[in-house]
Amino acid sequence: MTVKEAMTGDRPADAPAHWSMPSANVAAYPVAAALLILSILLGVIVGPAGIAPQDVVRVLLHHLLGADVGAPALADTIVWQIRLPRVIMAALVGCTLAYSGAAYQGVFRNPLADPFLLGVAAGAGLAATIVIVGPVPASWGPVSLITIASFGGALAAVFLTYGIARSGGRAPMTTLILAGVAVSSLATSATSYLLLAHQRDTIAILSWLLGGFNNSGWHQLWFIVPYTLPAAAVIFLHGRVLNVMQLDEHQAEQLGVNVERTRLVVLVAASLAAAAAVSVAGIVGFVGLIVPHLVRMAVGPDYRRLLPLSALLGASFMILADLGARTAISPGELPVGVVTACMGAPFFLYLLRRQRKAYF
Amino acid sequence: METMLQVADLRVAYGARTVLHGVDLTVAAGELVGLVGPNGCGKTTLLRAVTRLIPWHAGRVVIGGAPVERLSRRDLARRVAVVPQSPALPSGYTALDIAVMGRTPRLSFLQQEGADDYRIARDALARVDALALADRPVDELSGGERQRVVLARALAQQAPLILLDEPVANLDIGHQISVFLLLRELARDERLAVLVTIHELVLASLYCDRVALMAGGAILADGPPAGVLTAAHIARAYGTKVLVLDAPGLPAPVVVPYGGP
Repeated sequence: MTVKEAMTGDRPADAPAHWSMPSANVAAYPVAAALLILSILLGVIVGPAGIAPQDVVRVLLHHLLGADVGAPALADTIVWQIRLPRVIMAALVGCTLAYSGAAYQGVFRNPLADPFLLGVAAGAGLAATIVIVGPVPASWGPVSLITIASFGGALAAVFLTYGIARSGGRAPMTTLILAGVAVSSLATSATSYLLLAHQRDTIAILSWLLGGFNNSGWHQLWFIVPYTLPAAAVIFLHGRVLNVMQLDEHQAEQLGVNVERTRLVVLVAASLAAAAAVSVAGIVGFVGLIVPHLVRMAVGPDYRRLLPLSALLGASFMILADLGARTAISPGELPVGVVTACMGAPFFLYLLRRQRKAYF
Repeated sequence: METMLQVADLRVAYGARTVLHGVDLTVAAGELVGLVGPNGCGKTTLLRAVTRLIPWHAGRVVIGGAPVERLSRRDLARRVAVVPQSPALPSGYTALDIAVMGRTPRLSFLQQEGADDYRIARDALARVDALALADRPVDELSGGERQRVVLARALAQQAPLILLDEPVANLDIGHQISVFLLLRELARDERLAVLVTIHELVLASLYCDRVALMAGGAILADGPPAGVLTAAHIARAYGTKVLVLDAPGLPAPVVVPYGGP
């Protein structure tokens, strides 16, 4: 290759397709975006009310483009006030869990790290429970004290887990997961005790912990968007540095990366995002594990692609999981966490088994 | 000659165990210096202390005129490139991905690698005879190939000082020679300061401008290879007998690991 070729981007005829710039797999973005649009349509079309797909499309056209296409009023209410907010909330939560999972994996250099395996969810649950049973009001205008407390709980849990598991700048797979289990158990026990000791709040606590999207409304966007947007911005901007951090700590530092500071910034952002997701959807496990893993298999480990693609795919994944949750035993509903666990637990065991050689 | 690295009276301890007892060492621009000594004598510790990976208790490290403790991580990485001993590389990344990571200290936080950075990384791969590996995932490479990719990453850093920890430990004799020819070229033609730890005393004699012999956490002898790698010095440092041969056609006498029948 000559300098001119490198400067102008002319590719020699025999060069491999991804020879110069990280432009490989650009097709992954349109595919992921198309999948998301398809999932959203599916999510608003399928439901027990039996609204014709063309009426659903009319409602969407009416609200999005202002077109007067004569959508029935009942369809309008169901699609715009019930189904679409639910689909959008599921998409936001799935997207948040997926990119935060990828961020945890990047920081810990461990492809099996996940907000739930690290004790993040249990820590957030405990902190939220403490606020619910405590004497303070649960929210303060649009600011939910529960969300803020769960963020604190998530952060405390992840640093506790990491602090226990860390050795020589790296958190080995087994110790990280065992520490996560220990921290989770501790937080869950404390939560159970609080549940028993404050029986008047039991319903409030349980509905928070179980979460789900069945009460989603547009106003709930306030509980996640203000947290996930800045967190996503911070994490996505660290894509290139996260790649360098996949080298060991010493190599990354010798390349000029401030490893401790980067780790702290990304962990705080990921925990903020995960806590917000938990505060609206409850304990929904394994999304942060499955989705980044599928993306990695498709486009490789580069975090500049992995993070945004995980976010896109995570949104689709959660919409479809929620669709499964509300149609599997219709007219009843499964908690969405049950659906993701049914898919995630076997997947996790499969990964654990396959990677046993590398990690144990 | 301009001094790139100056280490003065450096003392390092791991807990109660003192590893470096006041090391003095300088490397000038244009100089290839070999650091030799028995296992555990403190060579790797010295390289780590120089790049601030481990703290030291007393002494000074000055790189390009600036005390190391005053440099940010990034500024330090712009001045020193390091080739660690058999480093772990993350799976799934290609050799080119790894090589272009050498550009990290040259990029601002929001900046992405541009065509220039990729050109520099590919040139670096070519210089270590690894351009053909550019698009191969590093997990498929042999130990020696990975070693060369990491060397390319250090070259892509374009730092005036390069520290290498056993860069030829995994290499066959052909690549051992080509790496040392490359190091000599970097020193002589590009005026880099090169400090390399090495076990093969023959290569140290034949290629290095200067050799520093370490033993027990201190520098035992420092100077041109012929004056340092003597049978007496080696007996003191390694506690073993060797043969030092001066053959016609060689630039310096060489140490042969033959302790007698």
